[in-house]
Amino acid sequence: MSGALGHVATVLPEHRASWDAAARTVRVEVPGPALPDACGAVRAGLDAPLTVMTATDDRGLGRGYGLAYVFSLDAADAFVSIEARLDPEHPSFPSVTPRVPAAHWYEREAKDLLGLDPQGHPDPRRLVLHEDWPRGLHPLRKDFDPRQRPPRAPHAEGPITGVRGEGVMEIPVGPIHAGIIEPGHFRFGAVGELVLQLEARLFYTHRGIEKAAEGASLERALFLAERICGVCSLSNAVAFCQAVEALAGAMPSRRALLVRSTLLELERLYNHVGDIANLCAGASLQLGVYQGGVLRERLQELCERVAGHRYLFGVAWPGGVRRDLDAAGRADLRATLAGVEGDLRGLVAALFDTESFVERITGTGVLTPEVARTLGAVGVTARASGVSRDTRRIHPYAAYDPARIAPVVRTEGDVRARLLVRADEATASFALVRDFLGELDATPPGALVTALGPLPAERSALGIVESPRGEDVHHVVTGRDGALHRYRVRSASYNWAVVPFAVPGSMVPDFPLINKSFELCYACLDR
Amino acid sequence: MFALLRRRLRQRLATSGYPAVRESLPEGARGLPAFEATRCDLNGACAAVCPTGAITVSTRMALDLGACVACGRCAEVCVPGALTIAREPAAPERSRAALVIPLTVLAAPDPRAAALAARARAVLGRSLHVRHLDAGSCNGCDWEINATTNAVHDLQRFGIDFVASPRHADVLLVTGTMTRNLELAARRTYDAMGDPRLVVAVGACAVSGAPYPAGYASGEGAASALPVDVFVPGCPPRPQAIIDGLLLAMGRLETRAER
Repeated sequence: MSGALGHVATVLPEHRASWDAAARTVRVEVPGPALPDACGAVRAGLDAPLTVMTATDDRGLGRGYGLAYVFSLDAADAFVSIEARLDPEHPSFPSVTPRVPAAHWYEREAKDLLGLDPQGHPDPRRLVLHEDWPRGLHPLRKDFDPRQRPPRAPHAEGPITGVRGEGVMEIPVGPIHAGIIEPGHFRFGAVGELVLQLEARLFYTHRGIEKAAEGASLERALFLAERICGVCSLSNAVAFCQAVEALAGAMPSRRALLVRSTLLELERLYNHVGDIANLCAGASLQLGVYQGGVLRERLQELCERVAGHRYLFGVAWPGGVRRDLDAAGRADLRATLAGVEGDLRGLVAALFDTESFVERITGTGVLTPEVARTLGAVGVTARASGVSRDTRRIHPYAAYDPARIAPVVRTEGDVRARLLVRADEATASFALVRDFLGELDATPPGALVTALGPLPAERSALGIVESPRGEDVHHVVTGRDGALHRYRVRSASYNWAVVPFAVPGSMVPDFPLINKSFELCYACLDR
Repeated sequence: MFALLRRRLRQRLATSGYPAVRESLPEGARGLPAFEATRCDLNGACAAVCPTGAITVSTRMALDLGACVACGRCAEVCVPGALTIAREPAAPERSRAALVIPLTVLAAPDPRAAALAARARAVLGRSLHVRHLDAGSCNGCDWEINATTNAVHDLQRFGIDFVASPRHADVLLVTGTMTRNLELAARRTYDAMGDPRLVVAVGACAVSGAPYPAGYASGEGAASALPVDVFVPGCPPRPQAIIDGLLLAMGRLETRAER
């Protein structure tokens, strides 16, 4: 703790910092105009990546609007939060993005949803709200009734900038795509088949989950957290629970943490196996799709047998888990995963024996380490582009032992690298599950849920889980009486911001392959 | 290349025995609830814990399967044991109202199984082309729809297949709440389909919007913008239930009321 405070003091000597032990966070209050310098100093001086930025409407608490830029002090397993208050009459602030480019989408969200204006932001276009949303209405403001449906008010400004030039074709794709996939709009600027530029417009599945959680009971908020995304369901649910448990000062039992960890790895496995199969679809290798698809189906059936649900809904609960992994379930896990592990190894070997497939995936869709680092990419995407960060190692949670999480990193940043990172992580997951099952065998049965008690008022905490795609960050802020004041979710699918950088230079038909190599969830991003 | 082919030739057939073999949920699986009326004492604990308001208890107990997200809380708090988790996946229905179960219908056993198998066998060979549309879901239903095309469930053996354009489609298979941001694209998709065209809503949020409160971003399900012919409850419904929904849409299945 004192180490973290000391580090922060060296780069921000002029600001007062305090240590919030429950949230493992150094809090630094700065005036609005000082935000870019303070954030820039932390990012550069402490090499601390931006974890999340959360904007809040605290006018009802007498504190105007709030901004919190939270950076990760990886070496200390702690965070530093640069916080500012904005005058409700003039809710603008100097954009941090020119100093910390990873802040770009957070500031655009704050502008859309709360009306906080980032001055000097290089790309202040709408992000969450589409262009027919009326100006001046901000859904996350406390005086906005979530049940209202404002009329559609088309503007002159279109969302896409596009690219012009002789011989340049503009190819719009979506939001509804050809296959069975979530919606999103992509605009290619292409000369022949060569892609010059790609722009994306997302948030078609924005359901207003963050607003719906405000003032809700923990139980109701948990069921919403579980359904932010179907395939990251357990990761999101556990992250929410961890934030709430940090606020309550409650720790689930060792047994509950082991159950969580085992099933979180099972979620990673069914996703990685399924994503490897889907990646083959991007290259039209149907044999890979179907063989991988059968493996994924076996894992989903395993999820249902041992956890009650094919997507692991209904497992996490604030304070623990709702059901145990009994001896029969553990035996089922061991037997089924042993078979899948061998089959997956054989499948990946067979894929790399297929020259046409290897040629498609090599050198395609390169995301450079510089872009990955600068724009704050996380997870598989980042690790395939040289950024060696994994929440299970840096901010360990549940039953994870950081010493058992070996870095799986590549530097090529192409489709092939992202496939291999998944394959190698899957191999590691099979071993982790065996470890957790062994410890469960030796742990006597006990309480699965630790009672939480009331949440403290006007405090905040983060819950972070390494989902199959990367870190899911859940920021929970309580208001008066400990009620849910603000629930901010920053999932790994914020990686969508870097996808357009991986496509230029490839050909248009490579886009499905590149997209499937990232395999980000739209629902996780859109909320 | 040959390594892949060799692997395939060594493997057995992966396809399930459905529809000749109807699956039942494994022990402890979290499906939709079953209700034994004789045990209910109308204490209302179930209605109090339901996160979507799917249960109402007054002089009788009513459970809206269309708003049920299969969280299992009602069964956990039911002291008399009237509410348990059903062993069979819930059946698709043609109307929203048919998903709101009064006591007696839910208590009756489901005799559809034999009729379903006979009809499916009799009509193999007819074709149905399906356009998928995610109107704001969590993607659980979309992944289950994707699973209907895998080798285990193999939707294509029923003559059903997915197409890339609404112009080629007979059925629009809709997931999600009908969000504000997607609604226009959804309407355009439906408008682009030629007659005869059908709409099948898959999953709790496409049937009713649950658990996402309707408002500035989220709608009340597919019926907010489109005429829906079949409602498939569940969160998400399993691949076999989705196939059932498509078979019901093309008249290859009967609802309980129709028999």
